[in-house]
Amino acid sequence: MTSEPRSGFRYISRKRRPQEDRRFLTGQGRFVADVDLPGMKHVALVTSPYARARIRGIDTSAALGAPGVLGVLTGDELARATDPLYTGIHVPGVRRYPLAAGEVRYVGEWVAAVVAEDRYLAEDAAELVAVDYEAQEPVVDPEQAVLPDAPLVHVDQGSNVLLRKRWNWGAVAEEFAAADHRISYRARWHRSSTVPIETFGVVARWDESAELLDVWASIQMPKFPDHLANALRLPGNAVRVHFDVDVGGSYGVKRGIKHSVLVGHLARTLRVPVRLIEDRLENMRGGDAHGPDRIFDVSLAFDSDGTVRAMKMRALDDLGAYAGRAPLQLGKPVGAIVGPYTIRAVEYEAISVATNKTVQEAVRGFGQSPTNFAIEMGMDRIARQLGIERLELRRRNFIAADQFPYLIPSGSTYDSGDYHAVMDKVLDAVDYPALVARRDELRREGRLAGIGIATCLEPSGGNSSFEPLLNTRNETTTWMDSCMVRVDLSGSVTAVMGTSSSGQGHETLLSTVIGEVLERDPDTVRVVHADSLNALPSNSPVGSRMAIMLGGAGAGAARRIRQAVVAIGAHNLGVSTADVEYSEGAVHVRGTPERGLSWKEIVAIAHRKYHLMPDGMEPGLQAAFVWEVPGGGTLPGDDGRVQMYPCYAFEGHLVLAEVDRETGLISLRSYVVGHDCGTVINPDIVHGMTYGGVAHGIGAALYERFSYDPSGQLVSQSFMDYLLPSAHEIPDIRIVSHCTPSPLTTFGQKGSGESGYLGAPAAVVSAVNDALAAIGLEVNEIPLWPGALGDRIAAAEETGTGTAGNARAVPWAGPQ
Amino acid sequence: MSKHEVTVTVNGRPQQACVEARMTLVDLLRDVLRQTGTHVGCEHGVCGACTVLFNGRPIRSCLMFAVQADAADIVTVEGLADASGNLSVLQDAFWEAHGLQCGYCTPGMLIAAQALLEETVTPTDEEIREAISGNLCRCTGYQQIIEAIRLASRSSTAQVADHDE
Repeated sequence: MTSEPRSGFRYISRKRRPQEDRRFLTGQGRFVADVDLPGMKHVALVTSPYARARIRGIDTSAALGAPGVLGVLTGDELARATDPLYTGIHVPGVRRYPLAAGEVRYVGEWVAAVVAEDRYLAEDAAELVAVDYEAQEPVVDPEQAVLPDAPLVHVDQGSNVLLRKRWNWGAVAEEFAAADHRISYRARWHRSSTVPIETFGVVARWDESAELLDVWASIQMPKFPDHLANALRLPGNAVRVHFDVDVGGSYGVKRGIKHSVLVGHLARTLRVPVRLIEDRLENMRGGDAHGPDRIFDVSLAFDSDGTVRAMKMRALDDLGAYAGRAPLQLGKPVGAIVGPYTIRAVEYEAISVATNKTVQEAVRGFGQSPTNFAIEMGMDRIARQLGIERLELRRRNFIAADQFPYLIPSGSTYDSGDYHAVMDKVLDAVDYPALVARRDELRREGRLAGIGIATCLEPSGGNSSFEPLLNTRNETTTWMDSCMVRVDLSGSVTAVMGTSSSGQGHETLLSTVIGEVLERDPDTVRVVHADSLNALPSNSPVGSRMAIMLGGAGAGAARRIRQAVVAIGAHNLGVSTADVEYSEGAVHVRGTPERGLSWKEIVAIAHRKYHLMPDGMEPGLQAAFVWEVPGGGTLPGDDGRVQMYPCYAFEGHLVLAEVDRETGLISLRSYVVGHDCGTVINPDIVHGMTYGGVAHGIGAALYERFSYDPSGQLVSQSFMDYLLPSAHEIPDIRIVSHCTPSPLTTFGQKGSGESGYLGAPAAVVSAVNDALAAIGLEVNEIPLWPGALGDRIAAAEETGTGTAGNARAVPWAGPQ
Repeated sequence: MSKHEVTVTVNGRPQQACVEARMTLVDLLRDVLRQTGTHVGCEHGVCGACTVLFNGRPIRSCLMFAVQADAADIVTVEGLADASGNLSVLQDAFWEAHGLQCGYCTPGMLIAAQALLEETVTPTDEEIREAISGNLCRCTGYQQIIEAIRLASRSSTAQVADHDE
């Protein structure tokens, strides 16, 4: 790490050991699979072997007679007893239940659930459930699925196209007509996901006397308790979700609403605590946690000096068999649709198409990383066509530091940034001429080596404006988060948050900002996760929002405590609040340090001595703070212009890659990422998420893919074929930090939970294309598996295509 | 399904259980002996979350049956700190370097690193990467984990040097 921003803060931005680490290092974390309730029973699932089939009948008799079995539930029974799961867009013909009712729509879809004394017995019995299927022709290719004569995934919906929106922001046609040049290209982002090492799990217990469903789940989902209660036809206060469950990674996908509805229903009807912990196969096939699967068709209009004037982008997303929340991932990128560039006009068409594949879920960046990949591929193409160095081309299009706040065509205003400064630091840190020399040396040795560049933004502070943008029936304009801070009689500080955490270090975040405001040692601040019945509203850690939103709420609550302490102190010192100073929890008369009251004395007054309290002040020392996302609160206009997220972090990647001529295997030799997310609360946590994001992006670019065969069978459903990068594949990564504070947030912080991932795929592809340019090849789809790439290299070298000049466009190979 | 008596020593304590032949070692540790620090990630031997020391060597406890562990000496993450709860040098280094995020792969990662450092006091970065290459982490990109193991190696060496003086 270099150039760590200095700060005038007492605790913020300084090295501090994360508070939550200790329990994980000693094996004392409490994950959902560690929850052990007396009498708890276990679920195993019966899943579909077909991509599309009618269910003619299910015979559960043998399973019901198997040892240790308490019950077998089928989709028809569950559909009668529950309401369909929430869908983010308006598609009344797409009804989704935890178990398939009448028809299966993808391989691995759950058909029946078996509950038994232990998981081994449940699996034994699941094998005895006999399902009579009538197989049908599946829809696998998204470009076929959009055609009018395609078989329908949902007959009642009348079309596989579940969402189609097109917006025009600015004078697109005029810019295209006036530009010196135009290019069109395709970029293909195949299906991958976040794939946490912990699968999804949920435990539920129904208390008949209280009429209350207790739920422990590895959850990261906004409004999860509400959705759960709605589907179970229960009032919201009959569901209590415990947020003190440690979540073993999520990065967006841990939203097991169907799992939780199923288990909640089973616990309620069987009158026993029930748990479902996905095994890896269930997770990969039927966990409904796949990610974006996108075909971009892009046109760019630009001038000979490299200025990009306008962009047309069509994004076709293969969302799988049910809508869920995934189509909304086409909306979020609207908030940074021009990336860090001054592109003046944009046409954007978003299409979600249903196919017979596993359902998508929210994935880190919520669609932004694929979009960046598509934009950055175009920037590289323009640079090659015009013969302008690739970073120089980007610099010519960067929004300059003095242009902020900057309104982009689609209606979002970027808060702050200094993209040139970050890239200057990156070039210095990496010694760019030396990196180029290293690449050229490799080339002289006969190797295919290339340097990749990608710059992009991380919209942060998630406000969910994409919901009303893509669904006019949805009028969501607040996406608040909150915190309660209490000071007890001993003077200890406790903060209460209303969501679970999945590795983001929220306890450290909250204790740091509260310590900062109260000038108290953060290590003495305890942070607890409430349950959904005693929590203030939270929208969970999505959209890189918690540093901004939870941090802002914690600081807001702490400020109220501080104001109360000042008021009590001034009152007892006989002066006005303007005439006292607050210092580390104590209060004294300004200029007279010996006339003061200690923290302990003030706390004692608040808790015990009402006669010493200022008139009208409530006793005790506690404060709640609910914070609205800065800049939120308005619906999109009719033209689709909307302020998406409030804050925009920047990242610039520079990578050196080598492609093996024989095998097509890609190795990364050097990786540097410049990162500006404003004020950093905890440097180790922010760097960690960035390193991890880069690694996740490398996985998406090079290794990870949920592949389907033409019959709709998922052929990469274990870790033997869905390849997560190991320590061998991830290079040493260097982070170069810069700090442009946000003017909109409490301490100038922006979000960082999606950093690295948003630019890494684009950067890796950029490096590979720089390497392949020598043999006239270009790649435009990821992941870049060595086998196929090696074949193409061999073919290119055989036909003797040129060794210099612009890369030849390669037709998209189609979905496989 | 036949049941079998198994005796294992877990973190220095002899334990007995009566288990089905098909029960995996990780299920014995977690569900029967309630040592839940060891985690289950893939159940097919790839992710390494379930790694424990088995007679001193790191193994996948999801790929072994409990009955195969009869008379074995097993160390899990719960056995790394000392009896009064003081973190080991390795655990402390992971904390200092923030060599974790969600904590799910952490127990297996610690065990893999422990096995490495017991064999190789001052490993190179390549040796560290090799030693943890069978343990998948989705949060960290491995960077701070590698830093942590380097730091633990330096700290152990320094402690030995102090002791020698």
